[in-house]
Amino acid sequence: MARMKFLCDADRCIECNACVTACKNEHEVPWGINRRRVITLNDGKPGERSVSMACMHCTEAPCAAVCPTSCFLPTEDGIVLHSKDLCIGCGYCFYACPFGAPQYPRVGNFGTRGKMDKCTYCAGGAGPEPTGSMEEYVKYGSNRLAEGKLPLCAEMCSTKSLLAGDGEMIARIYKERVVTRGYGSGAWGWKTAYREDVSA
Amino acid sequence: MLFRSMNARAALAALAMTLGLGLAAPAHAQHGQDPKPAVQTTNPSARNPTADSVTEDALLRQLQGGSHIGGRISIPDYKASILEQPQGRDYRQFREGYLPWIGGIAVLGMILALAAFFFTKGRIRLEHSEESGRKILRFNAFERFTHWLTAMCFIVLAISGLNYIFGKRLLLPLIGADAFSAWAQYAKFAHNYLSWPFMIGLVVMILVWIRDNIPDRTDINWIKQGGGLVGKGGHPPARRFNAGQKMVYWSVALGGLALAASGLVMLFPFSAADINGMQLAQYVHATVGVLLIAVMIAHIYIGSLGMEGAYDAMGSGEVDLAWAKTHHSLWVEEQQAKTASGPQIGRGGKSPAPAE
Repeated sequence: MARMKFLCDADRCIECNACVTACKNEHEVPWGINRRRVITLNDGKPGERSVSMACMHCTEAPCAAVCPTSCFLPTEDGIVLHSKDLCIGCGYCFYACPFGAPQYPRVGNFGTRGKMDKCTYCAGGAGPEPTGSMEEYVKYGSNRLAEGKLPLCAEMCSTKSLLAGDGEMIARIYKERVVTRGYGSGAWGWKTAYREDVSA
Repeated sequence: MLFRSMNARAALAALAMTLGLGLAAPAHAQHGQDPKPAVQTTNPSARNPTADSVTEDALLRQLQGGSHIGGRISIPDYKASILEQPQGRDYRQFREGYLPWIGGIAVLGMILALAAFFFTKGRIRLEHSEESGRKILRFNAFERFTHWLTAMCFIVLAISGLNYIFGKRLLLPLIGADAFSAWAQYAKFAHNYLSWPFMIGLVVMILVWIRDNIPDRTDINWIKQGGGLVGKGGHPPARRFNAGQKMVYWSVALGGLALAASGLVMLFPFSAADINGMQLAQYVHATVGVLLIAVMIAHIYIGSLGMEGAYDAMGSGEVDLAWAKTHHSLWVEEQQAKTASGPQIGRGGKSPAPAE
């Protein structure tokens, strides 16, 4: 059984934001919601580095732990899905998430945030909507995984900085890279998300 | 002149670069003499172009529990610029580890303690005297309105608040995910919107009763005698509010203000606090919330089931004079002195009986 993960090879990320754009386009994500984003550390200074970040689909996900309505559903593939029917928009998952992945359609006062939205690993939602249906698409975006495709952000990454797929496989690809080129800054977020490190 | 100086500067810069390169070249050659790296690389230059760039380990080490790793982002949203915030783990530990225990022990512990008191000592009975049957106004309509406005909001806020902690543990398995989610959604709206009348009632209540709740010497005596509940010697004298009631007042005043302040931070997410501030607001709100719920359970008990005659004070507003003289002897004296020139309450004319 595959354990799906994301791996951002930060030495390759050129901050083109194509992953962000592809994600927004693929899922018709509304304004103000960014399931994936590229963050530049030390911008404009020596030591600058960009990292593409989205939901990491953590092992024993903190969002699922703190949710007061238990709306999260970790799948057999290790993907953390959630149900917008059960979400009450309390915002707790955002406080617990180490990566700032949960997004809310409204920045409403009095805590009215709307239903939480986050990266689904292009695998739809945990609600009752049939896989690949229009209802599922409207709520969670396209279900590429059901079509045998990987998340679009990683698929179309121009420098292949962002990798998606089975954890062991993408870790092997990354290790080969590190050996070949002689350096690597590690898999960002892996220690926090999966409690493991990728070093060559 | 300017042109010439620029020219000279450019020439100097070129010279410096040439020298610099000349100096750098041997240094680089020397670097190449270093022992071979452990891994076999096919990188011809064997150089790491991002060697000086920040690493995750270094950034996490720098954090040391505070703040978060963030950078610049093209989205006009501060929250999106957070790359990692390991404090999320502390938040999870608090919410799923400590909070259910703090809340469970505070609320259940108080209920058990009150039940133990009720079943061993029973209700505190009304002590009848010749003044039984006469009434004295304890809380006027405005005071009662403020009390019940705050109280009813508090009950809804307490139930919907506890639902955030215990709902998924107790109610969700009983009624199923869909029904629980619908209930939790309404509970959340109730929690968010009833917070406003609660805060208004709280502030008015604080202002209306603060004068009678300043601690004084009678409180020391009252506490020493255990409020007349513990030990013998009857009820110690008290003014309008005894030390126990003053403790309830200050718990509500200070706890309520803490709840209001932390609640306002949460009602306007990220407008007054960053991610760590939001987490802190939850720590304060949840902890103070469950503790105040425990205090209020005791308050509700003593004001209804626990003491005969006490409920009238907030019910009709008028209490039995015998009850008032037993529990608030000094206050009755004050009230009777005030009305000495007008219509008399109780046995007017005579000097008040000493505390029985």
